[in-house]
Amino acid sequence: MSIKKFAVAVYDDEAVLFPAVKKVRGAGYKIHDVYTPFAVHGLDVALGEKESDLHIAGFIYGITGTCTALGFMGWIFTTDWPQNFGGKPHFPLPAFIPITFELTVLFAAVGMVLTFCYLNQIMPGVKKHIFHPRQTDDKFVLVIEVNENTAKETETFLKTTGAEETNIQVAEADWWFGRFDKREDYEIQEQLA
Amino acid sequence: MHLKYESVIREPLVDGNKSYHQVTEDICATIENKPTKLWTIGFLISASLLAFGMFSVTWEVYWGTGVWHLNKTIGWGWDITNFVWWVGIGHAGTLISAILLLFRQGWRTGVNRAAEAMTIFAVMCAGQFPIWHMGRVWDAFFVLPYGNTRGPLWPNFISPLLWDVFAISTYFTVSLLFWYSGLIPDFATLRDRAKTKFRKAAYGVVSFGWAGSAKHWQRHEMLSLVLAGLSTPLVLSVHTIVSFDFATSIVPGWHTTIFPPYFVAGAVFSGFAMVQTLLVITRKVLNLQEYITIGHIEAMNKVIVLTGSIVGVAYLTELFIAYFSGVLWEQEAFRLRVLGPYWWAYWAMMTCNVVSPQLFWFKKLRRNVWFTFFMSIIVNIGMWFERFVIIMALHRDYLPSSWSYYTPSWTEVGFYLGSFGLFFTCYFLFAKYFPVIAIAEIKFILKTSGENYKNKMTEYEEQTNEHFLEEQTHHH
Repeated sequence: MSIKKFAVAVYDDEAVLFPAVKKVRGAGYKIHDVYTPFAVHGLDVALGEKESDLHIAGFIYGITGTCTALGFMGWIFTTDWPQNFGGKPHFPLPAFIPITFELTVLFAAVGMVLTFCYLNQIMPGVKKHIFHPRQTDDKFVLVIEVNENTAKETETFLKTTGAEETNIQVAEADWWFGRFDKREDYEIQEQLA
Repeated sequence: MHLKYESVIREPLVDGNKSYHQVTEDICATIENKPTKLWTIGFLISASLLAFGMFSVTWEVYWGTGVWHLNKTIGWGWDITNFVWWVGIGHAGTLISAILLLFRQGWRTGVNRAAEAMTIFAVMCAGQFPIWHMGRVWDAFFVLPYGNTRGPLWPNFISPLLWDVFAISTYFTVSLLFWYSGLIPDFATLRDRAKTKFRKAAYGVVSFGWAGSAKHWQRHEMLSLVLAGLSTPLVLSVHTIVSFDFATSIVPGWHTTIFPPYFVAGAVFSGFAMVQTLLVITRKVLNLQEYITIGHIEAMNKVIVLTGSIVGVAYLTELFIAYFSGVLWEQEAFRLRVLGPYWWAYWAMMTCNVVSPQLFWFKKLRRNVWFTFFMSIIVNIGMWFERFVIIMALHRDYLPSSWSYYTPSWTEVGFYLGSFGLFFTCYFLFAKYFPVIAIAEIKFILKTSGENYKNKMTEYEEQTNEHFLEEQTHHH
């Protein structure tokens, strides 16, 4: 658990968000994250994110599936329990293709989805701080981590980037196990303060 | 400056004056409102059909498969007919979400969620038939290659029936993952809008804690793209393998190399018809005409006329090859199909699959909602008969004393009705509690293909090519 302070800017269109991101990065601020309601193309580039390597993981899982299927069927038909099916060879490669293909796809798909969930740290029961209730609806939220000294100044700067709303929030930066219908301790403390 | 441009000549994919927020409101409305009377009635009818199906299956398991009217020549009857039919229907969803994604067909976004859901439910229905056909269904796990004390004795990996086990289960799993990974962000939208405690908690769990971080979206895009790439050959493989159940046998009328492509075309054909049946009703009842537009319906009708024609060519090719081969048995098998005791099934198939879809060459009919609905039912009847005709090809084998005429028993019919019950029960629950249209994906195409945004494109349309290019190359 790491509760931190954040300066938050809310934009109402990706056309406003892009110049804002450019400006914020140009001014030397380190962006904690940007939350958008849908996949905005080019945003990862604008944020300087590297391209995802998920497809490489997918390829490795797929190859694993291919080898598992061929190895397993080959071992059974030639070594473990060789049987004569109508005089056909013990390692009939063409007839192994359908199952080999299916397992390749199965391993790649299941592996990739699990990797996707692991990398994003998402699973049932996981909770993350939602900076704006409409960040999954129509708002684009830019978040910068701040401390006591930089909070005011950062928020003032964010106001100049075309944000329709800015604020300072104390929030858990990571994920935790929790329910979305419950308010968290720090949220209540924040209100009291 | 960020600009999304698409020629105004292309029909908008989202009608009306929409903002991002309005899209969310429109699609979430059904989920957040109380179920309507129509929904409750529909759901109860489906649930009772399902109950009757469960009764029929229990009866069959208790007394054994003998209660079905299978006989010496017809060993598969209605059961496998229904299996192949449902698997075929289950092809449109992944075709729409995967192949059309790779081909960058924007119109898929309006229909992919519901079509994928339909796919998953159809595959669930399909899976029931071979499983309950086993009779001693408690031994169904014998089809899996697990370590056992019988040798160990393994399943026969070069049998098409075992390929089916792998193909259908992989197809189901991958479709489910593809569908669910798309649902996660939309569940997050519902979660953050939820007013009641229970709804917030429930959608909180199913949304996996999604927050919409830019990096996560980047991975999400990558995941969708690779899953689409994997699913594309998968869709084609599944019905290919189903067709191998027939094609690898040495039975006249079945042992043909044309089966895989012709089965796949037929599957897409019937799948799109089922999507039409469901969406024509869904868009009306849930008031989503602005998202599932006449343009969407027309696009799907074009797929139907294309695949229907492919199927038609395949039927004629089969007849020609039977004649041209000079093989007596092959010729007799096809003579019996066309003129034998089951002639009515063959001609029903020909009329519904080949003749009537040709009406979709007329633009007016392609864009007529009622005609589309009517045709979608006709196509599915036709496709059911196609499978029936193929399976009934066995009614006359090499031994005239076993020749027979097969009609189903009430348990077989009940089982089939029960599969409709399962399908529609699932679909009704889906339509009420899940976002029927992919919210995030619609927002993604909104500025390119939304009607109100397209109307603003005239200034770009009037620019000269050089000027437009100049402006666009200096994007962000």
